[in-house]
Amino acid sequence: MSSLSAFFASRAGIISAGVFIGVVAALLQYMGNPPNMGVCVACMERDIVGALGLHRADVVQYIRPEIIGFVFGSLIAALMFKEYRSRSGSAPFVRFSLGFFAMVGALVFLGCPWRALLRLAGGDINAVVGLLGLIVGVGIGAMFLKSGYSLGPSKRTYTTAGLIMPLFMLGLLILLLVAPKLPTGPVFFSAKGPGSQYAPVAVSLIAAIAIGFIAQRTRFCTMGAIRDVILIKDYHLISGLAGLVGGAFVTNMILGQFNPGFAGQPIAHTNIVWNFGGMLLSGIAFALAGGCPGRQLFLAGEGDGDAAIFVLGMLAGAAFSHNFAAASTPAGPGLWGPGAVIAGIIFCLFIGFTMREKA
Amino acid sequence: MSEKIDVRGLSCPQPVIESQKKMEQMGSGVLEVYVDSGTARDNVSRMARKKGWSVEVNDAQDGFVVKLSK
Repeated sequence: MSSLSAFFASRAGIISAGVFIGVVAALLQYMGNPPNMGVCVACMERDIVGALGLHRADVVQYIRPEIIGFVFGSLIAALMFKEYRSRSGSAPFVRFSLGFFAMVGALVFLGCPWRALLRLAGGDINAVVGLLGLIVGVGIGAMFLKSGYSLGPSKRTYTTAGLIMPLFMLGLLILLLVAPKLPTGPVFFSAKGPGSQYAPVAVSLIAAIAIGFIAQRTRFCTMGAIRDVILIKDYHLISGLAGLVGGAFVTNMILGQFNPGFAGQPIAHTNIVWNFGGMLLSGIAFALAGGCPGRQLFLAGEGDGDAAIFVLGMLAGAAFSHNFAAASTPAGPGLWGPGAVIAGIIFCLFIGFTMREKA
Repeated sequence: MSEKIDVRGLSCPQPVIESQKKMEQMGSGVLEVYVDSGTARDNVSRMARKKGWSVEVNDAQDGFVVKLSK
């Protein structure tokens, strides 16, 4: 067990984790998931919100087993390696709000950082613009961290408190498998569009549990990767990102899923300003909250109630984004998208400037 | 010089930033960092090793104590 722990903590371990996620993502696309969206935490959480009827964009409604699997995989790893620790109480409503705006930004760009990397590995040049926005956003967040920004410590709490998120996921899994149709509408499953495209449930679930397990052990985090390079010149986590892009790229080439270009990319738009702006907002929000959407799910799985609150914020953000026309479509940003991004950036700057501990 | 800091409950990267600040202040000596998660333990250890400090990890109440010396 300890030699396994040492491997996961090593450079080879984090690169392997990235390659694994990249390869699995490309394979899931091959098996039915939407193009360049083998695993996208933001998109998949948004689809779940739609399936529950909290937004009514009928092309993006499906209970994605990947999200459920990520939490389960992390929980299993944390229990096996005795790292499960139930904790919460570090500025929960601030974290909820950061999750909310992180999702707003991600849905303007059309993807979380994982999908930005997968889009890049599929040949979508717009992803470069999004990744630049992400880097600048995380850089701004890193400056706040350097100047004393802190949401304060969390506290240990009842062991069962950390199980609420996994139980919520279990509830979603039951809804997916039973697929009840209530007279009021839900559960919704898209008949067309990205929501109607999915790999077999068992395959998605098992793949996601494996990813969750490995990511919990290696602490894989896209935001942390960029932040560590900027803040402490540490290249450990970012080598995992390189692994993800490499793994997905090679698999895409083999499967004929690599289509380089700028226009006409799947579930993407070409608006440079808002591809950049959306990810900029998400980058600041992730940095201020201490993790990318994937990492927040893994933390929630190992008992972190504050990360669970961030996830709920993202779910709420997805509902608002679609109900208020802030989410982009392949045609471009929604009517309220730019305004929502600007509001979000102002909000994040407000948090960053005012929540600093005096040295 | 021997110092202690307690970063339990803080989320990453704050344990690393706080440790780094203290290490720069001290220059050399022994610094005990109290952390409560495996992530913070690994991150602080990796940063310290890179800066040429030796690292010893022991269990402590609610987590670990990472003993850094140079």
